[in-house]
Parts: sequence; C-alpha cells; structure tokens
Amino acid sequence: MDQFINQPVSFAEEERPWRPPSLRKVGMLCLITTETALFSIFVVAYLFYMGKSLNGPYPHEILAFPWSGSIALIGSSFTLHAAEWFLKKGNRAMFHLWWFITIAMGAYFLYFTGHEWYEFIYHHHLTISTNVFGSTFYSLVGLHASHVVVGLILLSIILISSLRGKLHHDHHEHVEMIGWYWHFVDAVWIVVLTVVYILSAHY
Amino acid sequence: MAHGSSTTPEDDFVITPTRPGEEKGSWSSVIQDLLFTVDHKKLGLMYIGSGLIFFVIAGLMAAAIRLQLAIPNAHFLEPDVFNRFFTMHGTAMVFLVGMPIIFGMANYLVPLMVGARDMAFPRLNAFGFWMFFFSAWFLYFSYFAGPGLYNAGSAPDVGWFAYSPLTSKAFSRGHSSDYWTLALLASGVGSIATAINIIVTTISLRCKGMTLGRMPLFVWTFLVVAFLVIIAIPPLSACQIMLLLDRYLGAKFFDTQAGGSAVLWQHFFWIFGHPEVYILILPGFAAMNEIVPVFSRKPIFGYPIMVGANVMIAFISLGVWAHHMFTVGMTSLGNSFFAISTMLVAVPTGIKIFNWIGTMYGGKIRFELPMLFCIAFLFQFLIAGLTGVMLSVAPFDWQLSDSYFVVAHFHYVLIGGLLFTIFATIYFWYPKCFGRMLSHKLGMWHFWLFTIGFHVTFFPQHISGFLGMPRRIYTYEAGRGWEIWNMMSSLGVILQAAGILIFVWNLIYSYRKGKIAGDDPWDAWTLEWATTSPPPDYNFEKTPEVRSRRPLWDLKHPDDPDWKYE
Ligand code: HEM
Ligand SMILES: [Cu+2]
Repeated sequence: MDQFINQPVSFAEEERPWRPPSLRKVGMLCLITTETALFSIFVVAYLFYMGKSLNGPYPHEILAFPWSGSIALIGSSFTLHAAEWFLKKGNRAMFHLWWFITIAMGAYFLYFTGHEWYEFIYHHHLTISTNVFGSTFYSLVGLHASHVVVGLILLSIILISSLRGKLHHDHHEHVEMIGWYWHFVDAVWIVVLTVVYILSAHY
Repeated sequence: MAHGSSTTPEDDFVITPTRPGEEKGSWSSVIQDLLFTVDHKKLGLMYIGSGLIFFVIAGLMAAAIRLQLAIPNAHFLEPDVFNRFFTMHGTAMVFLVGMPIIFGMANYLVPLMVGARDMAFPRLNAFGFWMFFFSAWFLYFSYFAGPGLYNAGSAPDVGWFAYSPLTSKAFSRGHSSDYWTLALLASGVGSIATAINIIVTTISLRCKGMTLGRMPLFVWTFLVVAFLVIIAIPPLSACQIMLLLDRYLGAKFFDTQAGGSAVLWQHFFWIFGHPEVYILILPGFAAMNEIVPVFSRKPIFGYPIMVGANVMIAFISLGVWAHHMFTVGMTSLGNSFFAISTMLVAVPTGIKIFNWIGTMYGGKIRFELPMLFCIAFLFQFLIAGLTGVMLSVAPFDWQLSDSYFVVAHFHYVLIGGLLFTIFATIYFWYPKCFGRMLSHKLGMWHFWLFTIGFHVTFFPQHISGFLGMPRRIYTYEAGRGWEIWNMMSSLGVILQAAGILIFVWNLIYSYRKGKIAGDDPWDAWTLEWATTSPPPDYNFEKTPEVRSRRPLWDLKHPDDPDWKYE
C-alpha cells in the first residue's frame, strides 16, 4: 500500500515530550523578518540614490558622525541585557534601575536625532523635498526613529507595570521578546550608521 | 507514547455525530456574531465570502471591458472609464479576491489540519480580516469620489502596477492614486498579520506527534506561502510609502526631473509583484496536494520532494522579478541572469506536476468535482507554464511584452491555476464547513460551462497577441485581423458568467437543500475530517494525537496503520 513512503523505523521518537517552540518567540522572529524586508528596501533606495542628487546640500557638506546618539543607542542594548539579568536573579530594584537607564538612553537617542534634523532643516535647508538625498535620508532615518519610539513605548509599559507590581513570572517571556525587538532596532541602527554616515559621507 | 503501550489510535479521536443546520439565530445576532468573532472558522468563511463578492464585482468589470473590445471602434466605455475598469479589475482580482480567499482557506483549514483549537493569535486574526475588509471598501469608495459614478469617480486608473511617473502629482491629479496606495498599504498590514499568524500556528500549535515530516502538504505549502508574504509584502509597502511621500511631501523618489528614478519603482514593485504570483499559485498547489491523493486513493507520491520543491519555488521566485522588465532596457548580463533564473522555476514546478501525475498513475481515480477541477488545473497550468517559459526568453519578450499574449499567459495562471483550485477547494471542503454536499449536477454544469468559456475567452488571446494587439487599448481599428479573436474572447465570457451564476446558486441552494454530508464524505485522511461537519467551536473534543501522515487512515485501518511503517 504505502510503498512510496515510510520505511519501517523504531518508535524512539514518540518517547520525547512534545514541546513545539513558543508562540511569542516564533511570532517575534516573523515580525523581525518582515521588518528586515521593509528596512532593506529603504536601505537599497538610499544606496541607489547615493551621489545622484542634482543640487545640494550634499551628504559630505552636512553629515557629522553621530557619536553620542550612537553610543547611547548601542549602549542601551547592554543595559537592557543587564536589566534582564537582574530580573532573572529576582532583583527587582536593580531591574528597574537598569531598565530605566535603557529607556533614558533610547530617549537621548531620539533627542539627538531630533536635534540633528532641526540643524539640517533650519540651518542647512535640507528637507525631504530638497533632493534625493533628503528624500532617502529622512525616510530611512525616520523609519528607524519611529521604531525607536515604538520600542520606548513598549519598554515603558514594562517598567510601569513592574513598578505597579503587575509583572509576574509568566511575563518573563514578554520582557524577553521586547528585548529582542530592542536589539533588532539597535542592529538596524548599525546598518543605517554604516550606510548613511560612513559609505555616503564623501558624496 | 511509549512503544508497546496498549493505546490504539482510536482513543485519540472522538467522533461525534453530525449536526448540520443547527438552529440559526436572528439576523442581528448573526451579524453581531460575525462582527465580534475571533473564531478561525468564521473568519475563514468571512474571507472567502467577501472574496467571492469582490470576484463578482471585478468580474463584471472584466465583462464590461470585453464588451467594449468585442468589435472594433466600439463606444461602449469612455477611454478613462476603461482605464479605471482594467485597473480596478486587476487590483481587485489580486488583492481583494486572490489574497483573501487563500487566507480564508488557510484560516479555516490550517488549525484543523494541525489539530489545534484556533489560530495562534485569534484577535490578531480578526484584525487582519477587518483591515482587508475596510481597505477593500475604501478602494471601491473611490468610485463615488471626484467626478462621481457616471464618469466612474476618481477610481485608480494607472494599472495594477501603478507605474511611475503615471502616479506622480503631475500625471495623476486628484486622489485616484492615493486611494490605490492607501488601500493596498492597509490591506498589506492585514496580510502580514495574518501570515505571521499562519506561521506561528503551524510551528507552535501542532498537536502531539505531528512532526514537520507528518504535516499535511497543504499546511507545508501554506507555511511557505506565509513566509513569502512576510518577505514580499514589505517591499510593496515600502514603495507605497515612498509614493505617498512623493505625492504629499514633495519627496523625489520617483521624480525623474530631480534625479529620481521611474525604473526604481518597477524594481521595487516587481520584487513584490513576482513573488506575489507565487503567493497566489502555491495555495493552488496546496489544494492539489490534498485532493489528488484522496481521489486517486493513493498517498501523495514523493512527499519530501514536494516539500523541497515548494521551498525551492519560493526561493527562486524572490530572484526573478526583473523578467517583468526586459523591455526597460537592462544590461545583457541582467537580461541573461533574469531569463535563466526564471527558467529555473520550471524545474521544481515540473517536479510537482510529475509527482501529481505519479500520484494518479495506477490509482483508483474517482472523477468527483474537486478532482475534475484539479485535472483541469493540471492541464491549464501546464499551458501557462509553457507560455511563461516562452516569455522568459528576453528577445521573445521584447516582441510580446504588453501584448495580449501576456494577458492570455497570466490569466491561464490566475484563472486556470488559482481560480480552478479555489473551485476545487470549495467543492472539497464545503461539506466540512456546512455539513452538506454541493449539488453534483449543478457542479457539472458549472465545471463544463466555465472550463469551456475560459478556454474560448483566453486561448484566442495568445493569437491576437501574436498578431500584435497591445493590452490596455480601449479600442482598435478594423482590418488588422484581430476582430475574430476578440469576438471569440468576448463570447467566452458569457459561458463563464453562466458557469459562475450556477456556482453561486449551488452555494446558496446546497446550504439548505444539499445532501447531508457526514463527517468524512470523501473518505479522506487528514485531521479535519475527524471532527464533525461543521466542526464545533473548539474543533476537537479531545486534542488529537497523530502517528503518521494519514491519521485517519490509521484510524480506519487499525489492522494496517501507516505508523507501523514509519
Ligand atoms: C473571470 C474572467 C476574467 C476575465 C474575462 C478577465 C478579463 C480581463 C481583461 C479584459 C483584462 C484587461 C486586459 C488589458 O486590456 O490589459 C484583464 C486584466 C487583468 N486581469 Fe483579468 N479577467 C478575468 C479574471 C481574472 C482573475 C481571476 C484574475 C486574478 C486572480 C485576473 C487578473 C487580472 C490582472 C492582474 C489584470 C491586469 C490589469 C492591469 O493591466 O492593470 N483576472 N482581465
Ligand atoms: Cu514574474
């Protein structure tokens, strides 16, 4: 009957407990995949239009390497990690402290970006409609910044519910997933940094 | 379960008696129920039901187009109304008919097939449906905007791929392009939500014993489809965001006067658009994978190879987008790369066709309606594949691009492939959803009228394409040798429409009067047939446990179960 499939084999496999991967982890990985696809297109658009602006301001005239913002954002991945470590240890106070520092560093990054945009718009007269550099720059960096905003909201929700005593053991996976999201936002920044502030800096 | 334990697979299922036509509530309670439901089965049917409604609307537009093209120099449709009709027809068929119906199939069947009680995130699931539903009506609402219905409103008129710079502020005044962009952006968000739900459901909610190697091929195929959705839709969303920025904030992405590029739109659009074609056709394969074995009374031939072929098709489909752009003028290296990578898709597709034929070969074939539609699919999809390989030869495409040959090719894919398997799916699983069989006699009328009508409509278009008839022209001069083929095409539509009318009548009629189906009318093998028809809210009284690819075979043949050989 079944000559096409199924070699006779043993039942050994049935003895293992049945534990498919967790819902939230798979869901978050999918979300990250789809976000990666979204960012890739904006990155490709940026690369494609590098050096194709017909009028200034050009990247090399105005871009300054965003040291402090980048250090804050990349550093926040480490402080987040520290917070999670304390949460696992059961040390709520330290968890709150490090989690708060993470939020503060993310918020500083946002402030930094806002300040940079302000400079570009009011002092260098670069807007989204000035040239293709403006279009690609603001859309890519803006898309990333909007993800930072979402991340900050999620991080704050965790902090507030934990402070109000509403964060329980079965929420550890929620915390972990928000951590994954934050690390992803961070990784995207490293790509943006490379593409925008390093590769296109002399165009 | 330990080896040698005395439990038999029978203990794993509880088959409760069928109860079709349970007492029906009042209209308002039904509507409330539909509005607030998070049940995957209801959402699945809502997807399919709304998809069929949009199918009729988009089909009427196609009929109007064909009426206009039936004779030379016709004046039935104004040129700009014609543009709106073919754009809305194409857009609706892809996004409001194809996508929702395949999501409906997945929604209804995937949880049942993997032995789960619902999708992984039921509320997200409802969110996905309503996003689609509202964006669809938003798109149609454009008919009432601008110059109103008589001049067909400010409905999108730039073709379903909305090429730049047609969509720029200068060429697309008013809001037609904004309707197109915003509607599809919103429905894209819903599609991604639903696709993530499908992936998580298949990976995390499989019942005990359902290893990846035992998952029904239907579920496997939808897993691949869902991955394609989450990878392919974001590029569309990205270029729509760019288009909105161009139109509202004066960004320069697609503004060729300011260093922007119109070709970039084409690249981004087709990076989405080509995989989209596979998002639409793989569900057809999924249905074939379940229906052909059941009606051949043989397990599918070459299960692991079928899985591999799906993955390979999906993978290749992500790398061939520019075969839609041979006439743009790429480098010859680019042309060669995309021509060859396109031809490569023929390999896994050929494997699949070979394996379906292998499944039928030597089987006891029952020519029930689902099987008839599947056999027609096989034949038509073969033709579509052959014309597709022809078009992938770049110089050949230079001759036939944007001619009716292309229209014939993609309708053989989308109707001959997708739509026929949607019909097969509905005939096969309707009894599960409603507890009653669809009428065989009406179904035969539907099958023959529609099949013949389809070939009469679209086969001649290969010829008018060869004779040089461009697509998207609203009328043409007499005396070019196109008249007879266009007349045939238009007459075929009458047969198709008659078939669809009978089909819709069958759906309504059989809901009340159809033969009671029972739990497993086709003597099938996958888990959904182990519960009642229609299934209860919680799907299974006891979560099933499986030990082979054909759990119901094991159940029915305790003397010779599949798992003995695994
Ligand atoms: C059922 C009968 C159908 C008929 C008679 C029909 C007829 C037509 C006609 C006459 C055109 C216009 C060709 C042109 O001038 O460019 C067209 C375009 C198109 N059709 Fe259909 N069609 C049918 C079903 C479908 C289905 C089921 C799908 C997809 C699932 C589909 C997808 C498309 C697309 C994507 C276009 C291109 C629109 C554009 O150029 O922007 N059609 N169809
Ligand atoms: Cu393609």
